[in-house]
Amino acid sequence: MRAFKQTFWLTLIKLGIFITILSLCLFLFLIFTKGGKVISLSFLFEPPKEGMTKGGIFPALIGTLYLTLGSILFALPIGILAAIYLSEYAKPSVFVSAIRIAIKTLAGVPSIVFGLFGLALFVNFFGFGVSILSGALTLGILILPTIINASEEAIKTVPQDFREAAYALGATKRQTIMKIVLPTALPSVLTGAIISVGRAAGETAPILFTAATFYTRRLPKSILDEIMALPYHIYALMTEGTAPKFQVPIAYGTALVLLLLVLTINLVAIIMRYRIRRKKKW
Amino acid sequence: MVESEILIKELNLWFGNNHILRNITMPINKNKLTAIIGPSGCGKSTLLRCFNRMNDLIEGVKITGSIFIDGKDIYSEKTDVYALRMKVGMVFQKPNPFPKSIFENVSFSLQIKGKLNKQAISQRVEKSLRDAWLWDEVKDRLHTQAFELSGGQQQRLCIARALANDPEILLLDEPTSALDPQSTIKIEELLIELKKTVTIIQVTHNIAQAARISDYTGFIYLGELIEFGPTEKIFTTPKDKRTEEYLTGKFG
Repeated sequence: MRAFKQTFWLTLIKLGIFITILSLCLFLFLIFTKGGKVISLSFLFEPPKEGMTKGGIFPALIGTLYLTLGSILFALPIGILAAIYLSEYAKPSVFVSAIRIAIKTLAGVPSIVFGLFGLALFVNFFGFGVSILSGALTLGILILPTIINASEEAIKTVPQDFREAAYALGATKRQTIMKIVLPTALPSVLTGAIISVGRAAGETAPILFTAATFYTRRLPKSILDEIMALPYHIYALMTEGTAPKFQVPIAYGTALVLLLLVLTINLVAIIMRYRIRRKKKW
Repeated sequence: MVESEILIKELNLWFGNNHILRNITMPINKNKLTAIIGPSGCGKSTLLRCFNRMNDLIEGVKITGSIFIDGKDIYSEKTDVYALRMKVGMVFQKPNPFPKSIFENVSFSLQIKGKLNKQAISQRVEKSLRDAWLWDEVKDRLHTQAFELSGGQQQRLCIARALANDPEILLLDEPTSALDPQSTIKIEELLIELKKTVTIIQVTHNIAQAARISDYTGFIYLGELIEFGPTEKIFTTPKDKRTEEYLTGKFG
């Protein structure tokens, strides 16, 4: 009986691993075979043509780059400042607990809700319209909790020894943070930030009402222009297309490009993390 | 009696409800090396951290009494703690260079003061490294990471970093306990050289080291200063039975 239980248990574990690997392989196989056919240099660098039945995805690619870059420019400084407050200044209190709960809650909010929030606040209230700015700000708020958490963790791993050494030399708290703590934590902070960039690049819902447009041939001239983006382009091709026979393959091609983009971003983060660990001697 | 530069007067310290230092009164003499010895947990490191007010950083600390440096009470409200810490340098038990280059480590305190130009900073860095007997070993690689140095070199770098502030007093908290015997000897010889220009207060676990290099010794036990005097006297004719028992290895 015992032996049977043991075998049963092991089989169950192996099955779990098998299903995981199988679905990942199937997923990659499907995206690569279906998307691989349409991918070419001109697919990457040409705008869509003839009602999006031909041509490439260049404006969407550029749009996604702008949106993610904008979101990180907005979220990184704010996230780092918040993390400094939480890890270096905040003393346990009801107020600080409330902030922490708020950050956790923010991290759990469905992304479509962020989309509606961005529409109400940035598009309408601030009057930025449907634009790169509105979309980047909405995405920025979406990734803010991740950046705060990653930064706080990174700041916490800076050894107390370094802070003591700085104080003992006559440094103020601000100098200690700016010149010792933050530079030491920065590589890990950036690793966390890069991972959230990957997240921002793939999100559709937050930009649905705030930044994305169905179709444009021209590239944006200012941050108040609306823009195409890879995830939304897929959505548009699959739901609003008039010629699915031509448009579905393009959607898969776009999906593959998006997938490769996110994988590359994550790979950069992994390599950075590896190098930090190897270099770290304290 | 030699002119005393520092005077601890009726110093008491609590962490929360723990009475760590009990009514300590003790003079520290200028340009001498004073060793503070005692079993672990007796409060000797805490006492050392009173001289540059590092205990201020700990939550729930309460301090009464005074420490006079050059006639001024550093625990008075008027004291500029940051200026005090520049005047009273500190070297820690474990070498703790910043994860920066050798040059950046030594120039850190000069950079934050922000009063010197580049050339003056370079000169001060060189002088500090020379004074810490490290210059010849690092002069060709000032811009490599401090962590590339050996443990003993790192500790001398930390001494150089403290010296860059041109301190009057240098506090050392068991500076050789993490080092090999050779590095230890080198640092001991360095300290004997340094006391010509700086007053040194050193906490040590190592009784033999205190006997070798210190001029004065204070023995702390359970937060009280049991005995204080010239090292020779303390080691040859201790007055208190507890001092004798500690020095002969009966406890500690």
